[in-house]
Amino acid sequence: MISHELSASSIKEKIINREISAQEVVEDLFEWIALKEPSVKAYLTLDKEGALLKAKQIDEKLSNGGKVGLLAGIPVAIKDNICTSGMKTTCASKILEDFTPPYDAFVVKRIKEEDAVIIGKTNLDEFAMGSSNENSAFHVTRNPWNTDCIPGGSGGGSAAAVTANMAFMALGSDTGGSVRQPSSFCGNVGCKPTYGRISRYGLVAFASSLDQIGSVTKDVSDAALLLQVVSGHDAYDSTSANLGVPDYIAGINSTNDNLRIGVPKEFFGEGLNPEIKNAVTNALEIYKKNGAEIVDLSLPHCGYAVATYYIIATAEASSNLARYDGVRYGHRSQLSEDNIIDMYSRVRAEGFGSEVKRRILLGNYVLSAGFYEAYYMKASKVRNLIKDDFEDAFKKVDCIISPTCPSPAFKIGEKVTDPLEMYLSDIYTIPANLVGIPGISIPCGFTTTGLPIGMQIMGKHFEEEKILKIAKLFENETDFHLKRPELK
Amino acid sequence: MKYEVVIGLETHAELDTESKLFCGCSTKFGSEPNTQTCPVCLGLPGVLPVMNKKAFGYSLKAAVTLHCEINQFTNFDRKSYYYPDLPKNYQTSQNYFNIGNNGYVDMVVDGKEKRINIHNVHLEEEAGKLVHPEASDANYSLVDFNRAGVPLLEIVTQPDMRSIEEVESYMQTLRNILLYIGVSDCKMQEGSLRFEASISLREHGSTVLGNRVEIKNLNSMKAVLKVLAYEMSRQSSLLDDGKEILLETRLWDDVDAVSRRMRTKEDAHDYRYFPEPDLVPFWINQEWIDETETTIPELPVSKRQRFVKEYSLSDYDAGILTDDKSLADYFEECVGLSQDSPKELSNWIINDVLRELNERKVYVQDFTVTPETLVGLIKIKPTIGNSIAKEVFVEMANTGKDAPTIVKEKDLTQMDDTSELNEIVIKIVEENPKAVEDYGLGKKNALAFLIGQTMKITKGKANPKILTELFKQRLSSISK
Repeated sequence: MISHELSASSIKEKIINREISAQEVVEDLFEWIALKEPSVKAYLTLDKEGALLKAKQIDEKLSNGGKVGLLAGIPVAIKDNICTSGMKTTCASKILEDFTPPYDAFVVKRIKEEDAVIIGKTNLDEFAMGSSNENSAFHVTRNPWNTDCIPGGSGGGSAAAVTANMAFMALGSDTGGSVRQPSSFCGNVGCKPTYGRISRYGLVAFASSLDQIGSVTKDVSDAALLLQVVSGHDAYDSTSANLGVPDYIAGINSTNDNLRIGVPKEFFGEGLNPEIKNAVTNALEIYKKNGAEIVDLSLPHCGYAVATYYIIATAEASSNLARYDGVRYGHRSQLSEDNIIDMYSRVRAEGFGSEVKRRILLGNYVLSAGFYEAYYMKASKVRNLIKDDFEDAFKKVDCIISPTCPSPAFKIGEKVTDPLEMYLSDIYTIPANLVGIPGISIPCGFTTTGLPIGMQIMGKHFEEEKILKIAKLFENETDFHLKRPELK
Repeated sequence: MKYEVVIGLETHAELDTESKLFCGCSTKFGSEPNTQTCPVCLGLPGVLPVMNKKAFGYSLKAAVTLHCEINQFTNFDRKSYYYPDLPKNYQTSQNYFNIGNNGYVDMVVDGKEKRINIHNVHLEEEAGKLVHPEASDANYSLVDFNRAGVPLLEIVTQPDMRSIEEVESYMQTLRNILLYIGVSDCKMQEGSLRFEASISLREHGSTVLGNRVEIKNLNSMKAVLKVLAYEMSRQSSLLDDGKEILLETRLWDDVDAVSRRMRTKEDAHDYRYFPEPDLVPFWINQEWIDETETTIPELPVSKRQRFVKEYSLSDYDAGILTDDKSLADYFEECVGLSQDSPKELSNWIINDVLRELNERKVYVQDFTVTPETLVGLIKIKPTIGNSIAKEVFVEMANTGKDAPTIVKEKDLTQMDDTSELNEIVIKIVEENPKAVEDYGLGKKNALAFLIGQTMKITKGKANPKILTELFKQRLSSISK
């Protein structure tokens, strides 16, 4: 077996046991990337030199009998909206095309401390705004299962890289589904933990009250491994929870007794692709066979989730993106500027793409004097109602299972002219962000056209361990997660 | 004046913390540009704010001191506007849940008590500073972010002031309070204390407020008073001419001594306030408020009243002593150490201590003459006389030595041995027949001349009381 096909946990074992060197793993991986990247285009930046250097250090540490970290020698890709010291962080935007951060995000610092090998930065929709990767200012990443299709968004680059065996694991960010939706479209395990579980320090903000860093991995064990490393309190993020982190790696293999699974009818209604409905229903049968009780639920306010999301997310985005003004860093217009307003206008007109501009305009509108109460305040109230729905539901069940997306990966260009249709792609993933609960997408089947289908498991706040365990149970019974696309 | 003036004031005070509001950068004033910055206060992509607990505690202390209702649930909001000195193009401030609302400041104007109501007290971050090049054809400006993120307290009054005197008194009273509670150094020359005023006029007796003009960025109390006087005359002549006052924001030009339009209401910013999602709401429990209350010292107004009552000082003298908390502390320390009257101590401090402090430009805490040594001087004053005591005081200030040492070193003890002095008196009378004759003719200053001659010989050490007595005896015996 070629090393890049292995899971992250397996390659780590082999490196630690000296069956293969970390440098060999990197060399093999970059050979594979050289072959496949032209048809997938998952990366914005690749750093073979840096990766080899780090791999060499790990090999040396191992030959000296030194202690290595939890991610020893694992090649990891990072979504390009997470700051990496000395490595460009562009957010797939022209406005940050040449921006190199002087600091590492909390999660980057953590994985470096645990001896991960950072191989590069992956493509995304500009500033993580989008569901297809088509909003990248640089190029569109392709779905490795069918290169005519989008890989999902915004973290399409991370998902495509992992699926195509061009990275062993990846870090992403999830504001409305940006980890889970592309993981579903590409057949990966994508986990968005509880809001506050992982520090956002160094994640370039899109919508601060919704943004959460997450993992994209080949299987559930790898998700547990990566989350173990990056979870926990950070004094630099006031919204990060000061709570202990359970042992996810050990936890996923413990047994589930008296498992009660909630199935909300609102997630199985109109607009759901029948093949996906079928796959998730079959998955529920597997749980039933393993002793789980299926509980029918209603989350009545979820119908308002998308509308609520697009008010709160755009409002916060309009404010978060105000700093890109060309004064201190980033794009600066070559055209002459008459005054400061002129300078701002040119920088932002040239630097931002159309979807980002659309959301900034929407956000400024909903926060304007006279509209604030009608939009932002009202949306905040609806958000609380949706929270209440979930709180009630979790009194009765351990987790909630739904499809991750209403449809499989769509064709490139299919939805670009209809933003509303595009926004509905996140209809099942958005509630977890509004409520702040953890959600994980795992592969549960394929369409007749050979595209992956994802199933979402949502849990109570800070119960990542439980949903990982429930996901692992399904993985033990099935082999969907082992399937990889045949890339030409 | 035909009109009644209605004035409200916003005060911005930089809080006296070591580090900035949301990051660990130093707040030191006057460093090289952009040397006290980090990713957080530069607003780089991905950074997050973390609240400075000391700054938050200081704002709570100020709000409690100003008798505000404390919002136990306090939150921060983003105030959006574009300006190159504002790194994130929004300022993290408070709008919906200020730390304190509905407080007041009691002050004394022309001997009368007056209460100014406080609308709110809130905490926010400072912006950086634009530096414009001197050359008139320069096509750029520079930004210094050292100040960006320094904690800033904003205190907003109700439109309660009715005269320029009241505004002056309010500013001084408030400044004193902030200094007393130690939350700000209030150094106006460093921009630590700044004001914005709103002013309107109305017919006397009217209960409707006139159209209000706001004046921004006033960096000294003097500028506030000047601009208000200017606006009063500008607005009243407009009203006299039957013209309307525009709702607008104006800037004060200190060079030309005029106010100029900055923007009208139509161009007013829409700040698009919304709750800061990067900070969690703060819950201030009663315990914290109670604890804060115990840290508030006696404030200037009540200290002044107490000094009048307890030490029988004049209101004026009490005012001078309590104007600076350290000076008041110095005075009370002296009182505690001394058997002498507080009035005597107060005179020494107001006349001599303050003079030396001003000349030396030092704070009373750093003054070479401590309460102990000052009291020591006053204690031996009867043995050296008043004029020598004044000289000794200056010497103490110069050298830091105590009074007995200086008196000993310079042999300054007063001569009050009558027989010793009498010998000198006899000698002086013999040597100055002209003065003796004048005295006989009833010329009063002849005696003063003779005493002066004696003081010359004794280097001022002769006890003037005894001396006068001896001369009178001697001269009257001669004339007989």
